[in-house]
Amino acid sequence: MSANHDRANLLEVRGLTKIFGTLTACDHIDLNIAKGEIHALLGENGAGKSTLVKMLFGSLEPNSGEIFWDGKAVNITSPGVAKRLGIGMVFQHFSLFEALTAAENIALSLNDGSPISTIAAKARALSYSYGLPLDPESLVGDLSVGERQRIEIIRCLLQTPQLIILDEPTSVLTPQEADKLFETLERLRAEGKSILYISHRLEEVKRICDRATVLRHGKVVGHCNPRQETAASLARMMVGNEVKAVVRAPAEGIETAPALLEIRGLTRKPATPFAIPLKNVNLNVRAGEVIGIAGVAGNGQGEFFEAVSGEVLQQDAGSVRIRGKDAGALSITGRRLMGAAFVPEERLGHGAAPRMKLSENLLLSRHATDGKSFVGSGGMVKNASVYSAAQRIITAMDVRKSAPDPEAAALSGGNLQKFIVGRELDRKPSVMVVNQPTWGVDAGAAAHIRQALIELARSGSAVLVISQDLDELFELSDAIAVMHNGELSAPLPIAEATFEKIGLLMGGAEPGHAEHTMETA
Amino acid sequence: MMRLELVKRPQRSALFSVLSPFIAFALTMIAGAVLFALLGVNPLEAFNIYFIQPVSEVWQLHELAIKAAPLILIAVGLSVCYKANIWNIGAEGQFILGGIFGSIIPVLFPEFEGPLVLPLMLLLGMVGGALYAAIPALLKTRFSTNEILTSLMLVYVAQLFLDWLVRGPWRDPQGHGFPQTIQFGDSAVLPELMPDAGRANWGFVFALVAAIAIWLMMSRMLKGFEVRVLGSSPRAGRFAGFGFNKMVFFTFLLSGALAGLAGISEVSGAIGQLQPVISPGYGFTAIIVAFLGRLNPLGIVAAGLVLALTYLGGEAVQSALGISDKVARVFQGMLLFFVLGCDTLIHYRIRLIGFAAPKLEAAPKLEEAR
Repeated sequence: MSANHDRANLLEVRGLTKIFGTLTACDHIDLNIAKGEIHALLGENGAGKSTLVKMLFGSLEPNSGEIFWDGKAVNITSPGVAKRLGIGMVFQHFSLFEALTAAENIALSLNDGSPISTIAAKARALSYSYGLPLDPESLVGDLSVGERQRIEIIRCLLQTPQLIILDEPTSVLTPQEADKLFETLERLRAEGKSILYISHRLEEVKRICDRATVLRHGKVVGHCNPRQETAASLARMMVGNEVKAVVRAPAEGIETAPALLEIRGLTRKPATPFAIPLKNVNLNVRAGEVIGIAGVAGNGQGEFFEAVSGEVLQQDAGSVRIRGKDAGALSITGRRLMGAAFVPEERLGHGAAPRMKLSENLLLSRHATDGKSFVGSGGMVKNASVYSAAQRIITAMDVRKSAPDPEAAALSGGNLQKFIVGRELDRKPSVMVVNQPTWGVDAGAAAHIRQALIELARSGSAVLVISQDLDELFELSDAIAVMHNGELSAPLPIAEATFEKIGLLMGGAEPGHAEHTMETA
Repeated sequence: MMRLELVKRPQRSALFSVLSPFIAFALTMIAGAVLFALLGVNPLEAFNIYFIQPVSEVWQLHELAIKAAPLILIAVGLSVCYKANIWNIGAEGQFILGGIFGSIIPVLFPEFEGPLVLPLMLLLGMVGGALYAAIPALLKTRFSTNEILTSLMLVYVAQLFLDWLVRGPWRDPQGHGFPQTIQFGDSAVLPELMPDAGRANWGFVFALVAAIAIWLMMSRMLKGFEVRVLGSSPRAGRFAGFGFNKMVFFTFLLSGALAGLAGISEVSGAIGQLQPVISPGYGFTAIIVAFLGRLNPLGIVAAGLVLALTYLGGEAVQSALGISDKVARVFQGMLLFFVLGCDTLIHYRIRLIGFAAPKLEAAPKLEEAR
């Protein structure tokens, strides 16, 4: 089915504008979504995609502009109104209670007083008819991320929407799971439902979307048929200029280089009922190389990062070794002093304190390693030198901001990530561990960060990158290991790795990886 | 129809972090005027007696300083706790234990005199307050008990312990059975600053020094940074390598020591002996002082003076108008209420929105169609 401009528009948006303070997040956006089409919304981070979608779903109120639904002007004042109109949304970040069952979670959002058993039966029927098998009685905490997404989709479908908005739906799926999702979307389209598909994965968009609207800096820069475009031409529309390709120089002499980060038989019991236990994880990262860890979210990557960074200590001091010395019993500060640096997944509230200035956030991870230059006698902070170091990082990483030293929360995600990565790179660490280096970061900034990580490795450091983005890992890594259910596969050299091989490992296909044997403590 | 909507500001408003206490104070005045009017008193006259007359003469300013000193000392300590998101509500108990510990020398060793006595008393007072504050800290870090409950409950233990001491083992044998200890000797009494002008003692100086020292720590030192990081984003604090349990002990010991210092200063300076009751609720009122002062030690100095005035004014309206001095508590309560309420303005804007009619009509129509 291809785009048909004669068909009636289900949703028509005219001149929709949203202003936050001095920033015009959406500037006179025009958008038409026909009945029975999959419409892609493309744009870098900060282009205004989320703001636009929030206005369509009623969680933000536009400053001006009109929305027509089935030809009638409507005012979507709340998500409730949007749902009644027939707009459903599947968010990128799920809002599910882990301690409740799938059916109970669905009942909470339907809120129409029908008994759980009825809802469970409906959900089960619906899930099978769309090829998204789901057991409504299972606890959300026991489910994989892909299965949790199914709950969100089923929950949305139960409200019989005419328009379904999907925000980056494949970012948490294995390639095989994503294929299944696409089949479902194509069925929905065949039934005449419309889908607004937000993604930055251009290949996907080319594969399933009929039309695309591209946003840049809050403005519509073009409508196109993605099937007639190339990934490069779409990227150019989004970014406004060519995205520099990441260059990975061949790593030389890695085999003989010393391992700067060694993980030996790392085992960790789950700290909470919903945490993943780590089982005998082994890995060496040598000077000069980038090792990638792939895996579907929630398979122990977070637990692994905590253990390696020293936010959680190990009982066996030898299970984490940095530059040839046992570090398992050392705190994160101790490990930093040994030359390691860490970038966590969550930017706000973990990697950075949201309500603190960038210069203070520099001090956050470097107060001990740069004690001499940042902290004077009597524990007084040398604000001037911290400030100038922060400015140095801001310049080096091209961090764009509205004030000389703004609060971390005032930066866009991509710019804050550039700062957080730059904060560690500025130290020239000999071991760098990064969790989701470019999650939610625009293409230009992502290329910048990836290039910087490769250069750090080539200058003789060991770099470990944990990511859910396979494209990224293939671009960065000299070898890729896969984490599944708390176990880590042996790293595959990049020359031997393919999407299919890694995808199968992510699904738990390697012998010795039991299929979904998650114990719940 | 109109409705109010709170709109989140992109950055906290510097203007409203300064204005909010003043708006709160104005709202308290309005509510207070209504209160006085309902009691059948002319609000203007009442305000004059409550807020103006108690500070119209120099000796009265000294009284104000005496009341403000413990409030400021306790509140600057509490501000560090609260910035770290740790909730010490038991400063009243730590104040009492500071008073008791500091009184060990003048009560049990009255013959020990000289210039060493007073510094030792003050030191013991701080130790007493800190030790008493260590109990909720230990319970929190070892057993994850809620420090709000434990520190509050320990206040009543302290009050009863003091009551038992002055009626029992520490009672003055020559005191005609009154529940009080012996009068402290000269070298155990905190000297007055300007004996000719009024009764204000060195306690007020301690309060100012503590306020400046804590201000320096919080704004300029790594320790203060640690407090702020752990308080605002604990996970980022752990990533920075700051230990939360250590912070619990640090803040409790610090605030306990300052409350203890306030306690012994009050006993040794303003009272001169131990009595069954040594505080008109300073430890609780200091919580209001801390928030009214925006948890900023310098703001707390100003807030301490304001709250000290509510005590003096309460006494004044009682004698002049025959209104219960509980009215002081009412004023303090309203002030805290409005301060916390006005803090919303720092992070949010208030917007007035008129309901547009079509918004309500569009949705139901469609529901009928389905």
